[in-house]
Amino acid sequence: MSNLTIKNVGVIFKRELQSYFATPVAYVFIVIFLVLSGAMTFNLGSFYERGQADLAPFFNFHPWLYLFLVPAISMRLWAEERKSGSIELLLTLPITMLEAVIGKFLAAWLFTASALALTFPLWITVNYLGDPDNGVILAAYIGSLLMAGGFLAIGACVSASTKNQVIAFIISVVICFAFLLSGFPIVLDFFRGWAPQPVVDAIASLSFLTHYASISKGVIDIRDIIYFATLIGAWLYANAVIIEMKKAS
Amino acid sequence: MIEISNLVKTFGRLTAVDNLSFKVESGEVLGFLGPNGAGKSTTMKMVTGFLAPSSGTINVCGHPVEGDARAAKQHIGYLPEGAPSYAEMTAQQFLSFIADVRQLTGSHRKDRIDTVIQQLHLEQIINRPIETLSKGFKRRVGLAQAILHDPQVLILDEPTDGLDPNQKYEVRELIKGMAKDKIVVISTHILEEVDVICSRAIIIANGRILVDDTPQALLAQSPSGRMDDVFRQVTAAENVS
Repeated sequence: MSNLTIKNVGVIFKRELQSYFATPVAYVFIVIFLVLSGAMTFNLGSFYERGQADLAPFFNFHPWLYLFLVPAISMRLWAEERKSGSIELLLTLPITMLEAVIGKFLAAWLFTASALALTFPLWITVNYLGDPDNGVILAAYIGSLLMAGGFLAIGACVSASTKNQVIAFIISVVICFAFLLSGFPIVLDFFRGWAPQPVVDAIASLSFLTHYASISKGVIDIRDIIYFATLIGAWLYANAVIIEMKKAS
Repeated sequence: MIEISNLVKTFGRLTAVDNLSFKVESGEVLGFLGPNGAGKSTTMKMVTGFLAPSSGTINVCGHPVEGDARAAKQHIGYLPEGAPSYAEMTAQQFLSFIADVRQLTGSHRKDRIDTVIQQLHLEQIINRPIETLSKGFKRRVGLAQAILHDPQVLILDEPTDGLDPNQKYEVRELIKGMAKDKIVVISTHILEEVDVICSRAIIIANGRILVDDTPQALLAQSPSGRMDDVFRQVTAAENVS
């Protein structure tokens, strides 16, 4: 798992991205992502009724949108390779495991980023209607992208552990849900009743929501960045280890 | 040169490859034979660096597969069993991807892609997604991928499985044409193939070498002069045990 060349990561990245757009998966995902994020912003988030020039109603729903949509992207990353046997081809080419893991992850991440970027009409709308703080909006976009990366890294790792994409999807949703929920007031209140404060804080600090919330308010704290970077790194490392262990089966 | 010494692979309590040692020199076409489950594919997967051996060492062109996998893999072209590839890609995209991984560039890259397309007669299907191809074409795309970088060592797991007689003939001619200064290791169930293209045959069962000889010498062992009979004769004792 040593040796990493950008060139090899790039080759894997390119192939992976090509695959998204070779099938209807990419287009279906982007359309559904845009429709759902729009519907949530305007209906559930009461974008107009609030009368405020910001995108909070849009970004508030991202964790829940990602919970189901990101595992749909990540489920095929490795499960498909294992099912079709192409993993044997991939890992006997002169590339390292780490290059394959990172290349695949980055392709999925860039794809999610492009779906996110296509929500720009909302940004135009809110700037047309009022005078929002665009710095906060940019920070929220960055936070959303980091969170998507976290979800993707979890999904990639789960995908590595099975040949079945449906199983990969369901288990990814469950793990991602746990990572979201651990910052929810209901869960934290439950622990607050009896657990010491540091434990409650530790549970809250594991949550996507806690870190995402502060970034999406416009506060880019280095600790939140480190959190997401560590999370992504740890899950991708686990991804490589699992592939190494299970590739024979 | 491929040098395999004391190679062992166990899966739990099952010993798939049991203390295997042999060398293959340049110019040799080695037929790797044996009943299903004999350890042929497992051995090939270790030589190509897909599986790590439980113990023992493999050297490919002077590079230890365990220690310097990237260098060893650069010398190898591999067609895995069943010729897996990326179904949604077109044959052209797939070969471009392999050319990129193999770091072929410029006019050499284009020459090599054009050459393998021509050698394996992929012209008409080159822009079709691989999933829409017939079994024979899928196999040929897999072969094209394996020989794209003109490797010193070619490892082919059942290369002619699923091809019609004409295609089999062409693939055999291709392998024979390549073999002069290269190492080719093929596993096959089609025993007549061994006689036609191999300069050496190894029969293994239960992960151990039973016979290592030229096809002609093997044929001479059987009164009928048929490879099938030799194979049954050699492996029958193993199946009982």
